[in-house]
Amino acid sequence: MAKPAARPPRVIDAPPHLPMRGRALSDDEFHRTTPTVAWTPRLEYGWDTGAAIGRFLDGLRGGKIYGVRCRVCGRVVTPPRAFCELDFKPMDEWVELPDTGTINTFSICYVTWDMKPLRTPQIPAVIEIDGTSPRVGFLHLVGGLRAGSVDAIRAQIGVGTPVRAVWKTPKEREGAITDVLHFAPIDGRRKAR
Amino acid sequence: MQRRGIMTDGVIAGAGKAAPAIRLSGLIKRKPRRRVAVVGAGLSLFMRRALDTGKELSYYAAAQAMETAGIRRRDIEGVIMATAPDAFDGVHMKGDWLLDGAGGVRRPYMRAYVGGGSGVFSIISGWTLVASGLFDLVLVVGEEKMSTCQPHPQGAFITIFDHTIERPLGPNLLWIFALEQNRYMSTYGLRNEDIALVSVKNKRNALDHPAAQVAKELTVKDVLASEVVAWPVHRLMVSPVSDGAAALVLASEDVAKRLTDKPVWVQGVGWALDTSYWGNRDLAYPRYVEQAARMAYEMAGVTEPRKQIHLAEPYDPFAYKELHHLEGLQLADKGKAPEDLAQGRFDRTGPLPVCPSGGLMGVGNPIAAAGVMKLCELFWQLRGEAGARQVPGNPERGVAQAWGDLMQVGTVAVLGTR
Repeated sequence: MAKPAARPPRVIDAPPHLPMRGRALSDDEFHRTTPTVAWTPRLEYGWDTGAAIGRFLDGLRGGKIYGVRCRVCGRVVTPPRAFCELDFKPMDEWVELPDTGTINTFSICYVTWDMKPLRTPQIPAVIEIDGTSPRVGFLHLVGGLRAGSVDAIRAQIGVGTPVRAVWKTPKEREGAITDVLHFAPIDGRRKAR
Repeated sequence: MQRRGIMTDGVIAGAGKAAPAIRLSGLIKRKPRRRVAVVGAGLSLFMRRALDTGKELSYYAAAQAMETAGIRRRDIEGVIMATAPDAFDGVHMKGDWLLDGAGGVRRPYMRAYVGGGSGVFSIISGWTLVASGLFDLVLVVGEEKMSTCQPHPQGAFITIFDHTIERPLGPNLLWIFALEQNRYMSTYGLRNEDIALVSVKNKRNALDHPAAQVAKELTVKDVLASEVVAWPVHRLMVSPVSDGAAALVLASEDVAKRLTDKPVWVQGVGWALDTSYWGNRDLAYPRYVEQAARMAYEMAGVTEPRKQIHLAEPYDPFAYKELHHLEGLQLADKGKAPEDLAQGRFDRTGPLPVCPSGGLMGVGNPIAAAGVMKLCELFWQLRGEAGARQVPGNPERGVAQAWGDLMQVGTVAVLGTR
């Protein structure tokens, strides 16, 4: 086994007043001395949609966004769910929502999950769909912007910007969240604040 | 809408800056009768990549905690092990696999696991074992070895997103933090400069921590000059990937008094989880942290947290989270924590020292171990043994908090000298 040098101990008059144990590896040492095993588990998951999300996805295939209402707490929420998690009873009715909403919050992401740089950033956002209760939104993407830098993107969208779903063509839709390609700012009403 | 129960009860009375009183909510039926103390604490080094295995790191921390408590493994009656996703190690049921390093062989042993909230959840779990009267001496260990997971441990987090309605969008973990930070900033009109100051303070505090991984003297300008990973989050506003372990020894009152003249009491514990429909939550304010804090404060007899809490170790995996959590802990007004920070209120020598250890931003973030490290810091600070890190004024009570899962967990522990 390789024996990399331990990190030189820092002399600090602070607890724990005992020798600190652990051998830190530099990047170079790690790559030289630690064998990695690439392992792709052969697993397949058959994720059922469940009753509520199944109907939501059917709606997306038809170009519609659905929510559900609970008459006890009065909330209209999406993504739909079979039961109200607060009142713990079945949801009372399905509500067809418009395909417009506002940006509750967004980010401009320049890295992939493994920290590789992205030339064209992803713009994840929480979209509050019109007709739902306040601050009820879901995760999606903002697109349709001709901009790549933080400043240029922020000149076009902000928290509160009204957006509309941009759909795949009816033929391309498959009953998935990606049937909505992204949400794009509604023309002429770019930035609310 | 008006609902009874924990979601709406217990509104904070008095919005003024001067220590608002808390109207208690009846979250707990009665105060526990049996007192529980921390009598020992230990750490391993926190590192980007350790040669040592998770079992070895756990052993270092556990052995150090027992050594400082003056006990041996045979004295330990039960063991709590906190460690986050199995996917980091590529070992299923890693809690059981780490058992040997945590001193859990042939003992009642349990894994405490609520994602990033696990570190503080571990002392809560240990506290229940002692407070129930079942045991007098319990070892609590937190461990994480993230470096095993290549090319980047973020890969382990992709599966926290909903398989049907989120994962097809290609999410990564940075998204939810960036989304939350932007909502927090937009709601209160905060600037990124206000947030970056957390990185500066904590990385500086960590210069006095022997276990620290990313201690550094930096300026706000340096932080904002680091690359944008997911706007508004810059690289130096994110805690590092870390390997490390931390441990505590808990004792019942009688045993604690036999072991030490300076027991540090677990005065209150609280925890709460919010809905997994995270897009349906108010992302500007961690209400579940408020609930957890109120439960812990009620148990601890804390009615005016800003007066009665002398130092805080809130969870700071991202710079904004420290501020977000201070507000949830009722230690700052909503949206005002950044202003307090800029005025020096949270400096180590300020009126309310926050993360005097250096926190996750400075010491490092081996997830479950990081939460336990915060409790270790309270233990040393409250005993007046923190040396170069000691906060002035003989603090008598501190709060530690952790957070995690799908941004939905608040775990809180109040420790004190009485």
